[in-house]
Amino acid sequence: MTGIFKSSRGMHVSRRHFIQGSAIGAGVVAMPAWARGMPHGPVRQGFDEVSGRSIDLTVGTGRFATGGRSGHAIAVNGSVPGPLVRLKEGEPVRLNVTNTLDEDTSIHWHGLLLPFQFDGVPGVSFPGIKPGETFTYDIPALRQAGTYWWHSHSGLQEQAGHYGPIIVDPAGADPVQADRDYVLLLSEFTPLHPHTIMAKLKKGEEYFNRQKTTASDDYPLTAEERRMWARMRMMPTDIADVTGSTYTYLINGHGPADGLEYLFRPGERVRLRVINGSAMSFFNIRIPGVRMTVVAADGLNVRPVEVDEFQIGTAETYDVVVEPTGEAHTIVAEAMDRSGMGVATLATRPGARAPVPPLRDPVLLTMTDMGHGGMDHSGMDHGGGEVDHAATGHAGMDHAAMGHGNRPAANAGSSAMNHGEMKMRDTSRLPPDVKAGPGVDMVAAMPIDRTDFPGLGLDKVKHKVLTYRDLAALEPNDDPRPASRSMEIHLTGNMERYMWSFDGRKFSAVSDEPVRFAYNERVRVKLVNDTMMAHPIHLHGHFFELVNGADRMHQPQKHTVIVQPGGTVTFDLTADEVGDWAFHCHLLYHMHAGMFQVVTVAGPEGAA
Amino acid sequence: MRLASTILLAFGATPAAAQHDHHQHTHHEHTDHQQGPAESEVPDEAEHPHAGHAMPDVDSAASKDSPQSTPSLSGDVLQGLRLDIPPPPEAAPPVSAGRGPARAADAVWGADAMRASREALKNDHGGQALFWFQGDRVEYRARKGADGYLWDVQGWYGGDVDKFWFKSEGEGAFGEDVEDAELQALWSHAIGPWWDLQTGVRQDLTGPRRTHFVIGAQGLAPYLFEVDAAAFVSNRGDVTARIEAELDQRLTQRLILQPRAEIALSAQDIPELAVGAGLDHVEAGVRLRYEITPEFAPYVGVEQEWKVGGTADFARADGEDTSTTSVVAGVRFWF
Repeated sequence: MTGIFKSSRGMHVSRRHFIQGSAIGAGVVAMPAWARGMPHGPVRQGFDEVSGRSIDLTVGTGRFATGGRSGHAIAVNGSVPGPLVRLKEGEPVRLNVTNTLDEDTSIHWHGLLLPFQFDGVPGVSFPGIKPGETFTYDIPALRQAGTYWWHSHSGLQEQAGHYGPIIVDPAGADPVQADRDYVLLLSEFTPLHPHTIMAKLKKGEEYFNRQKTTASDDYPLTAEERRMWARMRMMPTDIADVTGSTYTYLINGHGPADGLEYLFRPGERVRLRVINGSAMSFFNIRIPGVRMTVVAADGLNVRPVEVDEFQIGTAETYDVVVEPTGEAHTIVAEAMDRSGMGVATLATRPGARAPVPPLRDPVLLTMTDMGHGGMDHSGMDHGGGEVDHAATGHAGMDHAAMGHGNRPAANAGSSAMNHGEMKMRDTSRLPPDVKAGPGVDMVAAMPIDRTDFPGLGLDKVKHKVLTYRDLAALEPNDDPRPASRSMEIHLTGNMERYMWSFDGRKFSAVSDEPVRFAYNERVRVKLVNDTMMAHPIHLHGHFFELVNGADRMHQPQKHTVIVQPGGTVTFDLTADEVGDWAFHCHLLYHMHAGMFQVVTVAGPEGAA
Repeated sequence: MRLASTILLAFGATPAAAQHDHHQHTHHEHTDHQQGPAESEVPDEAEHPHAGHAMPDVDSAASKDSPQSTPSLSGDVLQGLRLDIPPPPEAAPPVSAGRGPARAADAVWGADAMRASREALKNDHGGQALFWFQGDRVEYRARKGADGYLWDVQGWYGGDVDKFWFKSEGEGAFGEDVEDAELQALWSHAIGPWWDLQTGVRQDLTGPRRTHFVIGAQGLAPYLFEVDAAAFVSNRGDVTARIEAELDQRLTQRLILQPRAEIALSAQDIPELAVGAGLDHVEAGVRLRYEITPEFAPYVGVEQEWKVGGTADFARADGEDTSTTSVVAGVRFWF
């Protein structure tokens, strides 16, 4: 049973001692297989904990198995996920990463504020870690607390198991009080090599989707709607690129059949640190019968919000507190496309189980996901409801003029409501700096802010689902300045060719044209999603404030934000972390296809 | 709830309190110095990136003193949301943001150390080339007279926009020489989201060994028709063309009905190939395949071919049928 209770603190402690002991005694006593870089051995599911001022991590390979699937994996310190790195706010840490692979590797500390040269992105922050080499990330006193994670930023290694959780304990009292504190790290296992997955995505047509529309499906689509989708050369079932057809969804490295348990006693408050460490999956998290109080987003505390369910995008984290009362409750991590789920149990005793709900019906995309949200009447009413443009003499305050001058006004006329005339790729709506080439198969005609959207498939459920508009920072933000300028970045793609990019240009075409910010510049960045997929966009080295309707001093700070299909997200960024930083879609294969950029923040003295 | 009391530290500001939004125009007076209404400023802002930057000390307190008549709106920036500040104008980065490639890491690790990883980064994020090979139709054809066979394969090597594309088609009857066979080598260039322009050469491998210049387009038409249309100019100056279209109709996730049609055209009589001017021949077929995996799908089907016009006349003169019906069985695969 010891393999099951991964999250019990007692085990962490003993394991930590084991690991530190082995690192100190390297070469003296027998080392575990992973420390000797022995390939092909079995990989342990779940993780140990490592902490202290100097932490050793060893990247190796092995064979991972769960359920009926097994295959090659990259394991750190011999496990998938790799060890929980437990750090302390206000203290420095040296992270010594040894590469026993036969290829370069790296570790990116996702969400940590640190000098850019230790951010861990080969080709941006450092040269990478060569085979046989040990690289030390020398990180000064940590400036934050909370739940984060780490992962490889080399090639597609992250998919193979090269990731793990980070907890930074606060220097002072934790405003979140809980009797138990558990990590719930979501990921996927696939027996396929990540490069095989990339090739299938590029060459196949919706290769991993087994929920396509067919002549015999029971999707609620009329014949006219089906023809419309076919005419557009788009798929209403295009929710996830890689699905349960090859993925087994993992919680702390355990598949649904592995019986992962989190122990509690009735009446206890349990903190779950939910980390989406997957390569390509969004998850819907719920614990039937238990309300969850969201207390932190992307590591930073937020005003508590009670929800029944929330969707977590790839690379996001949420901390929730629950007070379960039953003997057992099932934790469901349902993949957004509903092709599979991760399962664990909150249990009062080993072996206690609650029913596992079945997968809900697959999800379909809508008009709003095509970027025609502005044609939705309810959306229009919101826009006009707060102020009568004509009456206040703001007739000129037309949508097109709001911050992006030279584009034609969005045409909300009734003719545009007509499906037949609806333009899916009106490139005249794009700003001039977006390249409307083969890599752009759609232009959102009337993109709207969708921070009020709970996530694909969750807008119709009958219980409370978290949206970005529910989030407000617990601590006031430290930069009260209004942004001095706006910028807009378009998320662009071509599903058929599997091309993904920012502003219509893959990174391979703009690798020497970074996005530049002046030091300490305050900028309002609007992300416009001209695709029908939800993209989790991550900016390294910074937190940005999500413009979500919270008062300016309490806009929630995030490191990763979901931009819903055909919609927009706006954030305020204080560019005060000097150096070069990666900025990318955190769907691994989107990033690999080109949806990646470098952000350069100039030094206080001005740029080189 | 215990949690709420624990976590809610004493912060005076509530979202509602901070949402006494200041007037949009007023705000711009602060930041932009006597310019006109916000809407018309945008181009100016773009030309003067410093305009907005010149007053970084404008803080919320100053703005909050402004008269407030209406809440500001953000239009399509944030539909349905009240914002306490209007969006600032779009502008290029200020000069102090610097210019040129991102090279901060060179100062720490050295330019030489960074070079290889930087190149790999570029290639790993959109620069990959792949190889694809597809047997679209590789089949046995049962028909009146000697049964035959047919292959129709293609493949490419390259990136998203430019590829080397090759195609080969051929057919024949068992026990006889190959009747028709050709090989095409093309440069394929993406000209839009769904279409490639293809140019290159076609070599006929049977009959009079002709070489053709090829120009065509291949891609996905509205309603998901896969289309391959090409015109050929032979080394004898003959001009011909072919248009093929296929449509995948999913019956289930694995069972797919594929209607297919092909027409061939000729600008002139080509007696040595028994081709007449105008419409040359027409093929129509339907294949039902079962995808054991997406890469491997056996199928059965039926295909009808008609020789038309002058080509039919040539066929009749040779004592051949102008209409052939084949029952086919084959496999569609790719890797």
